[in-house]
Amino acid sequence: MKSEQKENPGASAKAVAPKEKPGWADVPIGAVVLEAGCGVEYETGEWRSERPVVNTDKCINCLFCWVFCPDGAVIVENEKFKAIDYYHCKGCGICSNECPAKVITMVEETKFQEANGEASAAVQGNGNIKAKTGGKGE
Amino acid sequence: MAGNLKQLSHKPERLASGHRLCAGCGAPIIVRQILSGVDGPLVIANATSCLQVTTSVYPYSNWRCSWIHSAFENTAATIGGVEAAYRALKKRGEIDEDYKFMAIGGDGGTFDIGLQSLSGALERGHKFVYVCYDNEAYMNTGVQRSSATPFGAWTTTSPVGEIGQGKLMGRKDLTAIVAAHRIPYVAQASPSHWKDMVTKAEKAFNADGPAFLNVISPCVPGWKYDTELTIKLAKSAVDSCYWPLYEIENGQYKVTYRPKEKKPVVEFLKPQGRFKHLLDPKNKQLLDNLQAQVDRDWEELLRKAGEG
Amino acid sequence: MGKLIAATGNQAVAQAMRQIDPHVVAAYPITPQTDVVEEFASFVSDGLVSTEFVPVESEHSAMSTVIGSSAAGVRAMTATSSQGLALMWEMLYIAAGLRLPIVMAVANRALSAPLNIHGDQSDSMGARDSGWIQLYCKNQQEAYDTLIQAIRIAEHKDVRLPVMVCYDGFIVSHSLSGVTLLDDDKVKAFVGKHVPLYPLLDSKNPVSYGGLVLFDFYFEFRRQMVDGMARAPRVIDEVAMEFAEISGRHYGRYEKYKIDDAEIGVVVLGSAASTSEVVVDELRAKGIKAGVMRLKSLRPFPREELAKELGHLKALAVLDRADSPGALGGPVGLEVRSAFFESEKRPKLINGIYGLGGRDTTPEHIASVFYSLQKIAEGGKVEEPLFYLGLRGGKDDGRQSEAAIAQARAAGQRA
Repeated sequence: MKSEQKENPGASAKAVAPKEKPGWADVPIGAVVLEAGCGVEYETGEWRSERPVVNTDKCINCLFCWVFCPDGAVIVENEKFKAIDYYHCKGCGICSNECPAKVITMVEETKFQEANGEASAAVQGNGNIKAKTGGKGE
Repeated sequence: MAGNLKQLSHKPERLASGHRLCAGCGAPIIVRQILSGVDGPLVIANATSCLQVTTSVYPYSNWRCSWIHSAFENTAATIGGVEAAYRALKKRGEIDEDYKFMAIGGDGGTFDIGLQSLSGALERGHKFVYVCYDNEAYMNTGVQRSSATPFGAWTTTSPVGEIGQGKLMGRKDLTAIVAAHRIPYVAQASPSHWKDMVTKAEKAFNADGPAFLNVISPCVPGWKYDTELTIKLAKSAVDSCYWPLYEIENGQYKVTYRPKEKKPVVEFLKPQGRFKHLLDPKNKQLLDNLQAQVDRDWEELLRKAGEG
Repeated sequence: MGKLIAATGNQAVAQAMRQIDPHVVAAYPITPQTDVVEEFASFVSDGLVSTEFVPVESEHSAMSTVIGSSAAGVRAMTATSSQGLALMWEMLYIAAGLRLPIVMAVANRALSAPLNIHGDQSDSMGARDSGWIQLYCKNQQEAYDTLIQAIRIAEHKDVRLPVMVCYDGFIVSHSLSGVTLLDDDKVKAFVGKHVPLYPLLDSKNPVSYGGLVLFDFYFEFRRQMVDGMARAPRVIDEVAMEFAEISGRHYGRYEKYKIDDAEIGVVVLGSAASTSEVVVDELRAKGIKAGVMRLKSLRPFPREELAKELGHLKALAVLDRADSPGALGGPVGLEVRSAFFESEKRPKLINGIYGLGGRDTTPEHIASVFYSLQKIAEGGKVEEPLFYLGLRGGKDDGRQSEAAIAQARAAGQRA
């Protein structure tokens, strides 16, 4: 249906996050969030104390890890496991626990970072771009 | 019918990552599975709940479809208003697309404070799917008992002490209450059985009238277990017949998954801190009571389904 | 122009709703609003409107439903009274906070306990801080006219706030009066096509309503809502002018009756203004310079205007059809008193509580107030800043007994 305006009287949700917060005259009317799914910008990966490390060589692509992930942090591409989105994975361990092939190991985050350096910690595999957007939207 | 996971993996993720539900929470798993059972434009109404607050912390929203939260006890009425608006626009030829409507709330917002609003919306026949993610207590406020809390469970308002040994009453059979509204589709589901869940979601969204899904939703801090066990516990609830999977389609009961071997309920209880006291030998009677309740309900269900 | 019919306030309101033909009406019956729901249901049944009528199971659900509909992007209306409004309480704030232009008719009625079905304004007075615009009508015609205008006010882009159109239970809601209806097409053209802002039913632009807004943003949103209220007076006035052009009937945010050259006056809302006008005419015939200020728009409150228009009076009585136990006076009394705080010219002020639970307020009662004002105007002294009008039980602690009324009246007649 047609609506009055797509132009927000105030700033868009994205523009207001996270640093310069607008004054009362510039916030969008009624606290409506106009940018669907913008919450993906919030990174929950920092919550993690253990990270799932996937032995992709032995992965059978059953996608149980994907369907049981509370955080949509398992990236699937072309019906195959692609990567873990460590920007959002909270390290619950469900994927590891449910993996029938037992190819997902939970590794202590501090130990992993000591061994691999922080820079490599964000995404396993080469799904960087998709990982940052938290999977495909509509 | 629900395809395999490879097929489902092509569906758009309508709940974006970055929500602030606890690690291992059952609710977003349920939402992801159910939303893979619906295509096309969708509006969701969300009751005040863990799911609501953690997916909408301003200026963010984790929803990629239109979403509204107005209050705790009125989600069914709110989505009823959206659906009525849609019907009005259709009637006037002011909208072309076909929309689906979903309401979602926890057990507090559904079994308790929202029951009247739910009952009203079901009776009026709004075409929407109501999903209750049932984690068996008020978890958003920090684990207080609800009418969905099972017999014997610890909560902060059914504490375990010198005299008290958890909740003294059994839980309300909400699925049966909803079924009594004689709506076209009612089902119980579990995130452990994703295919069953997605199939039920598809049926619910395609029902000719209101539909209701009651889904068990393990809660890490409320049930007191390790984060990786969420799906295991949900499965254990099903295998012990503590949470049977069934549907009521146009009045016909059908058990959609019958465990090969019905496990003792204690297997479901054991990993959960909220039932720890029931494993104390002095509370054997309480444990037996809970098992007896599960057995009674299961047999009753089988009878209703003509399998007894 | 238009058509003159005999209608109760409720029937007039239902006729306005028929002509507005909103997309959704969700309502629950409650005395004295019930006829609105019944009449409207019959319009639906007779195919006179294309509205989706949602006969909800409670007022809480009525307001929740119209919130859903309004956010979905359509024009949505409801109506209620008393306990129904009280049950909606939570949702009133949410409708305003989400900036949804819902219009609601309120047939004012007392609040329980004890249970009472008759008219006073305790119900909507309690909702005056909810963020709703509140317009109080004097009679059936005005209820009809105001409901139509309310659509335009609520939906105006500078306002975007829900509007409550209040009229006294039974006195207006149930008594018959001549009401001139506008032609259907005129009303249709006047309210115009509903243009939604951020509709849920826009699959290309999905939006989220009602998220969790914490200490970093909540304050700004509440302040922004107040700004919508601050812009409302201009919009209310513009809409009133436009409405006058099609109807020949004009209403201000406040209505003056012989107040400009008056020495004493009353401020009153709703139907009691009519009674007060009759009394003023009688007093004027006796050479007493009395006048009436009828406050129509309680929210937004015309603070500066009232201070200016009433500053010249020697004595003023504010009549409240609701009480605020433990406060300095009734809700309107408190606010009018505050309005004068910064004025150098201000009258002596008294505040009367009247008509609770439908208690009759007669011309004699109103006259007694004017005689008290006359005494104050002459002597310059306020002895009873707060009084109860038409209450049994004798004079004690700020109440004005029947005997005191008679005494005051006698004193006035002597003067």
